Amino acid sequence: MNVLVLPIALPLFTAAVLLLAPSRPLLQRWISFAGACALAIAAVLVFVRVERDGILVLQLGGWPAPFGITLVADVLSAMLVVATAVVGLAVASSAFSGVDPRREGFGYHGLIHVLLMGVSGAFLTGDLFNLYVWFEVMLVASFVLMALHRTRAQLEAAFKYVALNLIASSLFLTTLGLLYGGTGALNMAELATILPACENTAYETILAMLFLTAFGIKAAMFPLFFWLPASYHTPPAAVGAVFAGLLTKVGVYSMIRVFTLLFPGDPAMLYTLLLAQAGCTMIVGLVGALAQRDFRRILSFNLVGHLGYTTVGVALGTSAAMAGSIFYILHHIAAITNLYLISGVFLRLRHTTSLTELGSIFRERPLVAILAAIPVFSLAGVPPLSGFIGKLALVRGAFGAGAWWTGGIILAVSLLTLLSMARLWSESFWKTAPHGDKSRLPGVILLPIAFLSAITVAMTVAAGPLYQLAMKTSDQLLNPALYIDAVLKGGPQP
Amino acid sequence: MTTTTSLILRTGARVLMPLLLLFGVFLLLRGHNAPGGGFAGGLVVAAAYILHFFAFGLDAARRALLTRPERLIGSGLLLAVGSGILPALFGRPFLTSLWFDPARGIGTPMLFDLGVFLVVIGVVLIMTFTLAEE
Repeated sequence: MNVLVLPIALPLFTAAVLLLAPSRPLLQRWISFAGACALAIAAVLVFVRVERDGILVLQLGGWPAPFGITLVADVLSAMLVVATAVVGLAVASSAFSGVDPRREGFGYHGLIHVLLMGVSGAFLTGDLFNLYVWFEVMLVASFVLMALHRTRAQLEAAFKYVALNLIASSLFLTTLGLLYGGTGALNMAELATILPACENTAYETILAMLFLTAFGIKAAMFPLFFWLPASYHTPPAAVGAVFAGLLTKVGVYSMIRVFTLLFPGDPAMLYTLLLAQAGCTMIVGLVGALAQRDFRRILSFNLVGHLGYTTVGVALGTSAAMAGSIFYILHHIAAITNLYLISGVFLRLRHTTSLTELGSIFRERPLVAILAAIPVFSLAGVPPLSGFIGKLALVRGAFGAGAWWTGGIILAVSLLTLLSMARLWSESFWKTAPHGDKSRLPGVILLPIAFLSAITVAMTVAAGPLYQLAMKTSDQLLNPALYIDAVLKGGPQP
Repeated sequence: MTTTTSLILRTGARVLMPLLLLFGVFLLLRGHNAPGGGFAGGLVVAAAYILHFFAFGLDAARRALLTRPERLIGSGLLLAVGSGILPALFGRPFLTSLWFDPARGIGTPMLFDLGVFLVVIGVVLIMTFTLAEE
């Protein structure tokens, strides 16, 4: 099953080639784009194999689990790797409309691919320590991407970002130490056979709380989300897009993976806390978004708020809620990445993303406005777009699980999202701008935006099959025996 | 810069440089089952170039390296990935060790170590040279 290693090896290969190739901008962009295409093909290949053969397992170096490092792809991992590749394609193609020359000279394209490698690695690994390593790969790449240009605001943002993420990483590492000391295992499948049977509830609870805190910081959950709105509005649009689309989702994915495997339904305190956190995240995120007057800051707070949606599923632990969350994750990756890329259009046209300076786009550039309307209204949850379907699935899941409060919060927060997005739309596209455009807009800048808008539309049109897939994923997640057997007893082998 | 460093440092560096380079390669080659390996060897080789830079200045050290450190990182990464892909071409799992001569330790793990060796040299020198420029 060597195909599993391709989503990790290909970005590394691309990054190495980018280092060796002459540093001519156009050449670098094409290599980066070709690498992203290869990654997309590999991701789809993995997905197709998983769909056909069930959970795929690769024992790296031929060392059998639990002794070596295992790569595992179930439907959730495979879907998220495809989403990673889609974001990679969009970001790689957005480079054709121009990258800050200082960034490009310092290996911007290579770093993007290292970041993609880290994200794919985190989605595919079956080993907790290896997951930590991928977190570090992502952190290092994203820190350099954020701090490369070194304007004052960017450096300040990068400092906050790194400081809080380092705390999360060290917490994660401490937890791994406790876990390894107590159980002697780091392979997730092996842990899933040890921990749920463990009699020592205090030990389990401590581990669960530490994981919740570490992943909570990574996933920007209330009350540990402050680093995100403090930093995500400063890097260039394409970098912000890949951060917003992927990095926090890795935190959410880790929660889903670790909690369903290691703590299935127990300790109950973990799930109560997580549900409360998800609710608070939604409310605080969207209330924060309403208070902002800058396009990218509004997006940052919306991102935080919607991360609450993506964790409701694992907190409730029912099949329908989990499927709703998974559908929402996929929808959200496409929509939020796209919106950050659209902020790049504003930066190009008006050199700012402050809402007061924006406007007139709908009249002067209808194509941009139409393309942007899709992610804006999809995020707002306007029917029939994918965001609406995701929210509907989540609300049904929450009410179905008897979580009336959570369902109510989801509905109320959806209204706040609608309000926030409607304001965003009318201020940045609809109203008459105080000043005219400053620059010309290269047509290529619209390519990745059109691509992602098309993906959102496709998710809307194919919502039925996609929801079926999400149901299949959540059934797989809620039945950890499948995962454990595939890794330890060898499911379909190479 | 050459005039500011002492004669002792320059003479010492001239003698030590080849020894350090040899020692780095020695560490790389014995590293499979004994202390050493690509990482330690790479650090020693990088230290040799840093010594050269202290004694003869930045330009001399860059010239002595014969290539840009970025190139070393890139080729090292390619070697490491290649050593993983090689067994995959024979239908074995990624990164499985393939041995040409296991007694002498010649096989894909050595290729991987060589990759690490190059990456470490490249990374350490890129950091040192960048700091030296500022």
